[in-house]
Amino acid sequence: MSDTQQNSSGWGPGASDVEELVPEAKSYSANQLVVRRFFRHRGAIVAMITLAAVIVVAFTSIGVGPIPGWWNKDIATAYDKVGDGSPTWAHPFGQNTIGKDYFALTMRGTQVSLYIAFGVGLVSTLIGTLVGAIAGYFRGILDSLLMRLTDVVIIIPLLAIAAVLGRMTGGDVNLLVLALGVLTWTSLARLVRGEVLSLRERDFVMAARAVGTHPVRIIVRHILPNTVGVVIVSATLTIAAAILLETALSFLGFGVQTPDVSLGSLISEYKNAFTTRPWLFWWPGLMILAIALSVNFIGDGLRDAFDPRQTSTKE
Amino acid sequence: MSFHSYPHAVPHGRPPVKGHEPVLIYILRRTFASVVVLLLSSVLLFFLTTKAGDPYADLRGSNADNIEQLKAARAATMHLDLDWYERYWIWLKGVAGCFTGSCDLGTTRAGQDVLFLTGTAAGATMRLVTAATLIAIVIGVALGILTAIRQYSGFDYGVTFAAFLFFSLPVFWAAVLLKEFGAIRYNDWIATGQLGPVMIVLVAAVLAVVIPSTLGGDRRRRMITGGTTFVFVVAVLLLLNLLDWYRHPISGPFMVLLVSAGAAVLVTAIVSGIRNRTALYAALTTAVVGTIAYTVLAFTPLLADPSWLGLFGLFVVTIVVSLLIGRIWGGYNRKQVMLITGVTGVVTSLVVVADILMGYWASFLGLKSRPISTIGAQTPNFTGDFWQRLIDYGTQLILPTVLLALVSIATHSRFTRSSMLEVLNQDYVRTARAKGLSEREVIVKHAFRNSLIPITTIVAFDFATLIGGAVITETVFGWKGMGQLFQEGLVNVDPPPVMAFFLVTGTAAIVMNLIADLAYASLDPRIRR
Repeated sequence: MSDTQQNSSGWGPGASDVEELVPEAKSYSANQLVVRRFFRHRGAIVAMITLAAVIVVAFTSIGVGPIPGWWNKDIATAYDKVGDGSPTWAHPFGQNTIGKDYFALTMRGTQVSLYIAFGVGLVSTLIGTLVGAIAGYFRGILDSLLMRLTDVVIIIPLLAIAAVLGRMTGGDVNLLVLALGVLTWTSLARLVRGEVLSLRERDFVMAARAVGTHPVRIIVRHILPNTVGVVIVSATLTIAAAILLETALSFLGFGVQTPDVSLGSLISEYKNAFTTRPWLFWWPGLMILAIALSVNFIGDGLRDAFDPRQTSTKE
Repeated sequence: MSFHSYPHAVPHGRPPVKGHEPVLIYILRRTFASVVVLLLSSVLLFFLTTKAGDPYADLRGSNADNIEQLKAARAATMHLDLDWYERYWIWLKGVAGCFTGSCDLGTTRAGQDVLFLTGTAAGATMRLVTAATLIAIVIGVALGILTAIRQYSGFDYGVTFAAFLFFSLPVFWAAVLLKEFGAIRYNDWIATGQLGPVMIVLVAAVLAVVIPSTLGGDRRRRMITGGTTFVFVVAVLLLLNLLDWYRHPISGPFMVLLVSAGAAVLVTAIVSGIRNRTALYAALTTAVVGTIAYTVLAFTPLLADPSWLGLFGLFVVTIVVSLLIGRIWGGYNRKQVMLITGVTGVVTSLVVVADILMGYWASFLGLKSRPISTIGAQTPNFTGDFWQRLIDYGTQLILPTVLLALVSIATHSRFTRSSMLEVLNQDYVRTARAKGLSEREVIVKHAFRNSLIPITTIVAFDFATLIGGAVITETVFGWKGMGQLFQEGLVNVDPPPVMAFFLVTGTAAIVMNLIADLAYASLDPRIRR
């Protein structure tokens, strides 16, 4: 709380009126303040770098679809086994039971898991924001209906209904993204609704209404930009939860199905290999851990940046 | 999997009681609304389950001669010739029968009665979830408070990182690790039961870092505490090795007395402060009386070969006696002293039980040389007396409970921390400090109690989420619980078991929500009108 230099012009907890009068003090816009606060969160920065590295390596190494990557082995070929298949220079992550290159497999799994996680984050954020904004802005019967709808979805244990929908998709990754997306928006919808309920009573909204602005325009241009903090933080945490949810579903057999692989299905496939071929078990698990941990830390950094009242890092 | 309990979830402290509405009416109104939601959700889940796959999938691949006959039989048991809403109606009528005393939750594909299956499955799941919840509350809340008090310390950062780690852990992956290190390696180790020198130094070093950082103080003081801790822990571990303690834990009444007296001092220190001599003596009396009662009762069948009912009776008697001791010592603040003696009584009972179990540990190892199992809720064909069976339950329960509790511990610790920090910033806490109260009084009386209010909500929510999350834990550890029931039902496209799972989790969620709201209302005077 004593680092006044960085906070000299902020309205954050460390700011004081006296420093604002110092002529050299640079002033920042609200957005700049958010960015500055985010970059002060060391955990979040390390997490950003880790996540970026994981994404870059996962997508450039084995390539995407027809585009080839820099890694000289693919996921389909069974190579000659080197020794018992444990990690070597030729196969840094080892080989699986029939000699496939495990680095390529893990990278493919990472691609699929990342795709699902970010896809679910996107779909669920869109639905959640939309439902929350409509319910909060129009209130009345529409609000009651939408909120009862969220109640109906929320009361079924997420893993249970996700498993049911996952089984229906039959392993189609795009359908799985949609299915998980339509299940995970409820908490964001409630949060956004709460924000909108208070924002809609503010003067600038009243002014917009008074000059006859269309409700859609009020929501999109005046209200939603003010909820961006809540939405972004929630979206990040949804991504972190989605990656774990996907792996859990694949583990139960209701998620990604063979021949495609995800990190979850890899662990599920080799869960009994721990004593004989531990590398088959460790790599995908560590990848999940790295991704989920990074995303959670980024979420924490974003929350600190958008809502400085309760920071977890020292000012 | 705890999707609804984010690391930073803040429960909306909605005022549950509107105006001057009587509580009973409020409960009825809420229950009615919840039942409607439950009904709609059940329609949704039933519909989705029936459409989740092909109920004949396993028969299509078979080349038995009587395949048509098998199909017809299955269609008859599962009502496959009817539309989904007709099947739902049949199921709903069966459930509605529960209110008139003739419950019928349908049958599984194989023709088993789902009500019966649910009864046994719910028992196993509840044991798991309750144990995990209790552990998570105690550890999580304690960690949360410590990290809030020692904000920005190494301990705080450590716990924060651990919490994020637990949030990010794929449960089943962690389960394999737990099985390997918690069960297989432990069982190998307990065969000899000697800690190696590396392990001893490691444990001592970790404690020497953790303990000083929770106690605080300046660098010099922390160095001294750390060094003392290190030497002490190494000495104790060496002594335990010499005694072969891990295979033959010895304790006895003296240890019970020592531990429960220690607990008495601790409870007094937290609740009323050690300088309140009346409270201290009352708590110590409770510990002494408890130990004496234990020494006497240990030779009677009441404790030597007890029943659940007998044990429960003893527990009730213990609490009554403890409260009486508190009342007799009394003093100017009788209620507080009774609280202290009551808590001390409970702790003493737990210590006594732990002592008995430790006494039986060696003989249990004789019956089962690899104590920690990775599969099932109890050892099949296990023959032992009451206490040995209790140890068996415990050793079977420990790994899944730890696994299930990890995420909840993370949730509770983060939540308690932020709730506590928020309260510590309040004006009334500053006032309390300003009028010269000790830090203990500020934390215990003013901060902790108020920070507990939002925690009740998250605990209640978490209980319902845990039952849902138990699906994976049960699958991994081979428990025949609700999760198993659900998963089998879904694989077979068989709605009744899936719906039974939903009935239990849904009802638990509603009841827990209601309890949370009522607790909130009774704890927070701003809401109570």
